[in-house]
This record gives sequence, C-alpha cells and structure tokens, in this order.
Amino acid sequence: MEYVKAFFVGGIICVIGQILMDKTKLTPAHILVAFVTCGVILTAIGIYEPIVKFGGAGATVPLPGFGYSLAKGVIEAVNKDGIIGAFTGGVQATAGGIAAATVFGYIMAVIFNPKSKK
Amino acid sequence: MKKINQKDYANYVNEKIPKPKIVKNCIWAFLVGGLICTFGQVITNFVIKYGLDKKAASTATPVILIFLSALLTGLGVYDKIGKRAGAGSIVPITGFANSIVSPAMEFKREGFVLGVAAKMFTVAGPVLVYGIGSSVFVGILYLLLKK
Repeated sequence: MEYVKAFFVGGIICVIGQILMDKTKLTPAHILVAFVTCGVILTAIGIYEPIVKFGGAGATVPLPGFGYSLAKGVIEAVNKDGIIGAFTGGVQATAGGIAAATVFGYIMAVIFNPKSKK
Repeated sequence: MKKINQKDYANYVNEKIPKPKIVKNCIWAFLVGGLICTFGQVITNFVIKYGLDKKAASTATPVILIFLSALLTGLGVYDKIGKRAGAGSIVPITGFANSIVSPAMEFKREGFVLGVAAKMFTVAGPVLVYGIGSSVFVGILYLLLKK
C-alpha cells in the first residue's frame, strides 16, 4: 500500500509539472525552481507535511520534497538556535543531497562524454 | 465556400491536435514519475531495514537516487527515458541530478573550471538560490511570528 501511495502521489506531482510544461511556456528550469519554492512555502504553511505523511517518497522524491526538507530544517533549527537557525537549518537538512549532486555530478561529467543526439 | 470550410477545418484540427498529446504526455509523466518515487520508497525501506533511522534514511534516499541518475545520465540512458517521460523524469530529484550532469558534460571542452564546474549549476544554481533563499525567508518569518 505504501508503494501504491508513493506511486500515486509522485505521479500526480509529475503530471502537474507536465501540464505546466505543455500549457505554458515555462522551461524545465523554471518548473524546477517553481516546484522547490512551492515546496518551501507549502511546508511553511503546513500543507505539505500531510502530503508527505500520506505519500512518503512520492512526496519527498519530487522537487517540492527538496523544498520540504529545506523548510522543515529551517523551522527545526529556528526552534533550536533562533535567528542563526534561519540561515543554517535549510542547507543543513539538505546538505547530503547537495553534496551528492555536486560530487557525483562532477565525477560523472568528467568520466562520460555526451552521447550524440539522433 | 469550400475554401472557408477548409480553413475552418484547419482551425478545428489545430485546436484538436495538442490535446491528445498532452494526455499522452501526462500519462507518461505519471507512470515514470510514479515509478521513480516508488523506487525511492523501496530504497527508503531498504536502508531503514539495514539500520538507518528515519532521518538518516531521508538523506540516504536522495543521495542514492542522485548517484544513480548521474550515472544513467553519463551513460546516456536517462535522456532516453526523458524523451518520453517529460516532467516525469524532470520533477523528481533524479531530474535535478540530470540537469547537473548534462550541461557539465556538454561544456567539458571549455575546461574543468568554467566548463564543467560552472555549467553544472545552470539549472541547479537557480534551484538552490530560490530554494535556500525562500527557506531563510521562511525561517525569519517563523521567528518573528513565534514571538
């Protein structure tokens, strides 16, 4: 059941992205930025947390989930450290993902060459 | 009369053409996006089973997904999936890793600093700027409202 929920919630979030791509002139870059920011805002106003509770990885794997981690990290850190937490919380909570993306991205880009596009 | 009818018909067809495409794109996005997320759930459950707590698992899952996606992008597989899947392969965190590796490979001949390292962040940079930026904003707002 957990997997069905993840599939469903993740699928729906991707469909929203697809509709935005087809119906508007937004590029993938704009959509990624919009989704992360939406994730932060929706988490801050308490809407995204129930979606995560329901959908599990279906809500955390798509980019709004990245925003969710950022916002959740910030709020926890503010509760603990006050104003400093506002600056440290988000990056701290997502540090693993950011470092992995930087390191693995770099390694793969150095090892491999682009495949010719047909 | 016939000409007008043909024009009307052309307009009618133009109106009708994109719709099935959007439906088809959405189905692909739903299936591929859903599968990637299900796979994420499989990884989460797997690492929890092998002793990670929930918080560590929520870091380990994106790290593993990012690694796999970066590898598949390097091998040229991810972009093949992406042709069909559209947003289904862009919106998950794997699409974020894809957006880092693709331009970095492409611009390798411009060098390892201004080519690879700089172009890695053509899409990821804005995502981090707005993501981290809005999170700091939320943190400050939360602090002010809490008092």
